[in-house]
Amino acid sequence: MLYREAGDFKTTYVADSQTFPLKLDRIGFWVTMAVAWLVIPFVINDYWASSLLVPFLIYAIAAIGLNILTGYCGQVSLGTGGFMAVGAYACYKLMTSFPDINIMIHIVLAGGITAIVGAAFGLPSLRIKGFYLAVATLAAQFFLVWLFNKVAWFYNYSASGQINAPERLVAGVAVTGPSTPAWAQYLICLFFVTLCALIARNLTRGTIGRSWMAIRDMDIAAEIIGVNPLKAKLTAFAVSSFFVGIAGALFFSVYLGAVEVGEVFGIQKSFLVLFMIIIGGLGSIFGSFAGAAFLVLLPVALKWIGVDVMGWPTDLVAHFQLVIVGALIMFFLIKEPHGLAQLWRLAKEKLRLWPFPY
Amino acid sequence: MKMKKLAAMALAGTMAAAPAMAELVIPDLSYRTGPYAAGGTPFSDGYQDYFNLLNARDGGIGGEAIRIVECETGYNTEKGVECYESTKGEGALIYQPLSTGITYQLIPKATVDEIPIHTMGYGRTSAANGEVFNWVFNYPANYWDAASVMVNYLLDENGGDLSGKSIALVYHNSAYGKEPIRTLEELSAMHGFELSQLAVDHPGQEQKSQWLQIRRERPDYVLMWGWGVMNQVAVQEAANIGFPMENFIGNWWAGAEHDVTPAGAGADGYKSLNMNRVDASLPVFDEIRTLVHEAGNAAGDGSNMGSVLYTRGMYAAMLASEAIANAQDIHGVTDVTAAMVRDGMASLEITEARMAELGMSQIGPEFSVSCENHGGSGLGIVQQWNAADGQWVALTDYIAPDDSVIDPLIAADSAAFAAENNIEPGCL
Repeated sequence: MLYREAGDFKTTYVADSQTFPLKLDRIGFWVTMAVAWLVIPFVINDYWASSLLVPFLIYAIAAIGLNILTGYCGQVSLGTGGFMAVGAYACYKLMTSFPDINIMIHIVLAGGITAIVGAAFGLPSLRIKGFYLAVATLAAQFFLVWLFNKVAWFYNYSASGQINAPERLVAGVAVTGPSTPAWAQYLICLFFVTLCALIARNLTRGTIGRSWMAIRDMDIAAEIIGVNPLKAKLTAFAVSSFFVGIAGALFFSVYLGAVEVGEVFGIQKSFLVLFMIIIGGLGSIFGSFAGAAFLVLLPVALKWIGVDVMGWPTDLVAHFQLVIVGALIMFFLIKEPHGLAQLWRLAKEKLRLWPFPY
Repeated sequence: MKMKKLAAMALAGTMAAAPAMAELVIPDLSYRTGPYAAGGTPFSDGYQDYFNLLNARDGGIGGEAIRIVECETGYNTEKGVECYESTKGEGALIYQPLSTGITYQLIPKATVDEIPIHTMGYGRTSAANGEVFNWVFNYPANYWDAASVMVNYLLDENGGDLSGKSIALVYHNSAYGKEPIRTLEELSAMHGFELSQLAVDHPGQEQKSQWLQIRRERPDYVLMWGWGVMNQVAVQEAANIGFPMENFIGNWWAGAEHDVTPAGAGADGYKSLNMNRVDASLPVFDEIRTLVHEAGNAAGDGSNMGSVLYTRGMYAAMLASEAIANAQDIHGVTDVTAAMVRDGMASLEITEARMAELGMSQIGPEFSVSCENHGGSGLGIVQQWNAADGQWVALTDYIAPDDSVIDPLIAADSAAFAAENNIEPGCL
């Protein structure tokens, strides 16, 4: 009934290979975009921005980045937190060294710097894979955090070792610093999410994305049919780190405003983003969003239900959060190992046959 | 159907959360979970119990009931920000985050939102300069005071001369732990002692290499800036390598009962600073016991009463309630706003007579706050752990820090902050 492709005729190749082949999907996409761009900025407040939407959008970028590397190219990485730190510190150094240049350019440049660092740490992937590569990227995680803690140049020799984002304007409106309005904070993140998702979606549908997937599915076979593993793996690391770096730069400058590397970009961050793509669905852009939404919104929702609605003690709720999130992760992995994206795909299949699914 | 239910729940939630009129809302950003819970729990218990006592005994402050809004941060800055955003809309009067990391996040936000922050003996030291940090208070003492008090105590022990001595600083590798380094470097140049720095990464369970280094280099004294599980591990490691405990001094966040009891007799003689006196026989505890705990309103399980951090949490609550009462006096209204509470804090005066009247005689030093000086007197005492009796014994009276060293540092650091953030220093 719903989601039926009957009657949705394609008469050109361009129409046939578009991102959303089904009309209902296209409508859904444009409605979502319209709500995100035209409705939410007018109704958002500080709480919704800094507790839910801004972290969700930033984690979505990080999850897209990691999904390119792990989901599309099959290279497991535990260095996401470290690469986010590279983005954050690159953004900080650029912001403080060149205060007159637009912050948007700094954020993109921070992504570029992270891409270079990521590609360098991706070199071992040419020789090692699987768990061994995971351990190599874990080394990157610890090394980068140690570096930013140890070398005072990175935090401009401040006494506390923290980095603080000074106020920067885009088109006359503050987007970093304490007097940033909630809608500006939200819009700048939305801008980068939209851009990253579009780039990622189109990369993964093209030659380069296909070469990543070939490497993921069987690297020897891919090499035999002419995929250059050096190029495929290193581009995956570079593109993935680019997105992760942008996420790190936004996380520091727009979301938190002050960052302490060991706490904010520690190993937990790497695991959190990895959980996001596993729960959301490996090798799916939609899955990156679903996973980020799940892990950002669920704890806040559980806290709201436990403390504000039920009136339980806060420590009990905090412990329950861990139990429930953990149990749900296991539940999803057992019931649907391919994540929320696969659930969505199945739901679409069922909707197509509705009201007589089989 | 589901949506309807959700909407109904959301409605019920907002209705339940809507602030009733004429209440003093005090958020408690506590942490009762995670590696720092051992310190966060007693502090929060003391903080809440004192406000509950005021509600039960005096009907609040100036006749206005107090409503505590607790929010669990887990000592995590992201959760701390979420807690701040979710509680500030309820009319929060004063924040006490008990975390230097969260304090750094909240300083710019609270300044814009015009809500005062009280970071008692932690947070950003240069916030003592009230002309730059109008909304942040760190009385009665700060980390640079603590570093200076430690060195003054050691000077006193060594006949006024520390030249040629070696001192190692074991610190939590975070904004918190790094705070005293600048002062200690200055003091080391001034008094001629050699300073070595040993960083311990969060959460601090792994300290073997640091203590191996101490065992090898045998410094004369070890100072520690630790918090949470790091303290227990450090005291245990010091006992394991046989470091003389009387030469091991923690700051005031590394000197609670739970920090030393796991090491048993090995911890005997360990010293730490304190900014408040510990005296379980204070009359205020009896009042809390009868009016709060026996009425079933205890925060937590009620087992922490009289401990170091419970006392400090209660002391923090007392300073907050005195500031609110002061604000009520200044403005002549009982239903004060956050901006009025700031005025109350900026002209707060704590005297021994008032502390005795509140049933907590000598709990802290006498001090007064002014628009320029948000830092209080900076005094600290040195206490020593007696493992056999299981209690902290105060070794000294309040020791004064060396203001001639600290004041220029505060001026320099706050000037840098003002320049970075385009703040024109001045009184509100």
